[in-house]
Amino acid sequence: MITSTKTPSVPPEHRKISPWTWIGVGLWVVVLVLGLQGFYERMLHGSLITDLGGWMPWGLWVAAYMWFIGLSAGAFLLSTLVYVFGMKSLERVAPLSLLVALVTLLMAMLMILFDVGHMGRIFEIWYRGNPHSMMAWMGWLYTVYFLLLVVETYFALHNALIAARGHVGLSGRVARLLTGQRRTLLSESEQHRERHITTVLGAIGIPLAFAFHGGVGALLATVAARDVWHTGLYPILFIVGAFFSGGALFTALIAFFWPVRDKEWMLTVRTLGRILLGLLLFSALLDWADYQVPLWYGVGPEVRELSQVLTGPFWWVFWLVTVGGVYLIPAVLLIAKPKSPWAIGMAGVLSSVLFLAVRVNLVVPGLATPELPNLPSSYHDGRLLFHYVPTWAEWELVLFVVAVGVVLYWVGIKLLPVWGRDVK
Amino acid sequence: MGTFSGNPVPKPDGGLVPIPILPPPTIPSEEDIRLVMQSDLQRALKKPMGERQWGMSIDLQRCTGCQACTLACINENKLPPGVVYRPVLENDSGTFPNVTKQFLPRPCMQCANPPCVPVCPVGATYKRPDGIVEIDYDVCIGCRYCITACPYSARTFDWGEFYGDLVDGPPTPYEQVPSLEYGHVWLRKAGTSPINNTRKCQFCIERVQRGELPACVRTCFALATYFGDLNDPEALVNRVRQGRQVMQLKADMGTNPSVYYLL
Repeated sequence: MITSTKTPSVPPEHRKISPWTWIGVGLWVVVLVLGLQGFYERMLHGSLITDLGGWMPWGLWVAAYMWFIGLSAGAFLLSTLVYVFGMKSLERVAPLSLLVALVTLLMAMLMILFDVGHMGRIFEIWYRGNPHSMMAWMGWLYTVYFLLLVVETYFALHNALIAARGHVGLSGRVARLLTGQRRTLLSESEQHRERHITTVLGAIGIPLAFAFHGGVGALLATVAARDVWHTGLYPILFIVGAFFSGGALFTALIAFFWPVRDKEWMLTVRTLGRILLGLLLFSALLDWADYQVPLWYGVGPEVRELSQVLTGPFWWVFWLVTVGGVYLIPAVLLIAKPKSPWAIGMAGVLSSVLFLAVRVNLVVPGLATPELPNLPSSYHDGRLLFHYVPTWAEWELVLFVVAVGVVLYWVGIKLLPVWGRDVK
Repeated sequence: MGTFSGNPVPKPDGGLVPIPILPPPTIPSEEDIRLVMQSDLQRALKKPMGERQWGMSIDLQRCTGCQACTLACINENKLPPGVVYRPVLENDSGTFPNVTKQFLPRPCMQCANPPCVPVCPVGATYKRPDGIVEIDYDVCIGCRYCITACPYSARTFDWGEFYGDLVDGPPTPYEQVPSLEYGHVWLRKAGTSPINNTRKCQFCIERVQRGELPACVRTCFALATYFGDLNDPEALVNRVRQGRQVMQLKADMGTNPSVYYLL
């Protein structure tokens, strides 16, 4: 897929379907088939398909929801670098980042919907939400964020949509539907006005993204009963993690899937690589602080939980997947090959995909030790354990959400002019 | 019995409040304490709901760890696999031959400041005027946030399992009898509450409102659990604490449990 900048620009519709595309499609079909199995199991048997229990009530699905919503927040915040802070070097990829933010938001919502026991009641948050509850606030903030994303994406793409009215096929029909009677491109003043609207929406979105993703951290951090979670660092950790993982995903998409491999693309990828390295280092610093501070003297309520993460049976999730896959290898790639789009893209893939492990290690350890001594031996039941390993069906449902997300993304790039090729 | 004629102490607003002088502690062998608690309960039920605060005192010196209370609770509330309201925690200490075993029954603490209540995104769990922390099964969305927030692990989740599943059979006859939690009739069926809801001890409030003691109290042959109105100085649940060392679980968290342990 990746070629040098010398490769002539070819409009994507004229490109031959490469073997990589077929491999990608094949992979997606496998993910979808497995995902459909997980979806079927979830709908038929509910939460019974999980390894969760009364004393470890959250697991992979909650971690995956936090992973997806972090990707969304990160992708959105990247778009604000253009729309709010006027960063020219990312100008033409900004609409795509809005689409990525929208798709990953929907994935997060789907994931958390599957996690709740009574899916049909989740809408009660809107009309009888409890303002004391951090979770209720999440529901409200996601709603506002979704609306903001839709409106901002519309204004960001408005001119390109008008230009795409003449397209044959579904994309042209969508463009005509979304632009109404408007047939001429926006004038300078209209463009200026709509850019101002996008800037305002982006500016509103920044505190919103900080609120809802810091809020995800606060969702855990406000729970005083859980020593590992109950730290003021968590909301910050989540915001930085979101920016990092979302930025990584977006970098990978630009590096590997941007249709036109020209010099400008190369510069954009390098810019994203530099941003990614900065975020990686900042995120690693906060993660290090989160572990090192409570462990320093080896006493205190969190020591047992955190030691489990570092040296327990799932030590490899921390050392190999998180330290190695999320931070170390991407850092080496970004530092050693700062000009290689492949290296930058691969760093993005590793950090964004494996970031799920970071979320799992934030959610699960807080629940893995008894709140009262001798509780595990007090009552023997398969659902009352302090041991959790996600079942195959849990993984399959995550794959289902990923497969749906890929479809949404594919539909988005096919129907909307997010590549920006229609407007000169 | 109880009077309020002790030396007055200052109130925060500057006034004086008399120190209650409680009746002498009960010697179980000299009173039929179940009858005493029953009459305490009747007295409390005559008061407006907001003026009584249900609570428990559990005498750890008397608890034998027989777990009859755990089983009585399961039977009363028709609890399915994966759900327990009142486990008895056991702790071994010392080395042979100098060993001891301690037991600690753990119902819901019905905290005065319950951390499980504010986290509920839809307000499905709330503190009743009589001190019971209730769950509205018809509103609970099953997010399990409250389970994470309870410092006592007093909440568990109804995953929809049946004991019949363990032998690949239909639900056992026991599971076809409804529970009467919170005064409603709950027959567990797939997809309907209380399946996929958080569940917890509610001091058998349905029994209490009928003038019956909670099942765990009724069953405790060692007479280790006392139940009654914490606002009634004459109630046995308060009298037994007199002259004893008393603790609340994790008192430092500020939850102010309505369950007192006598050491």
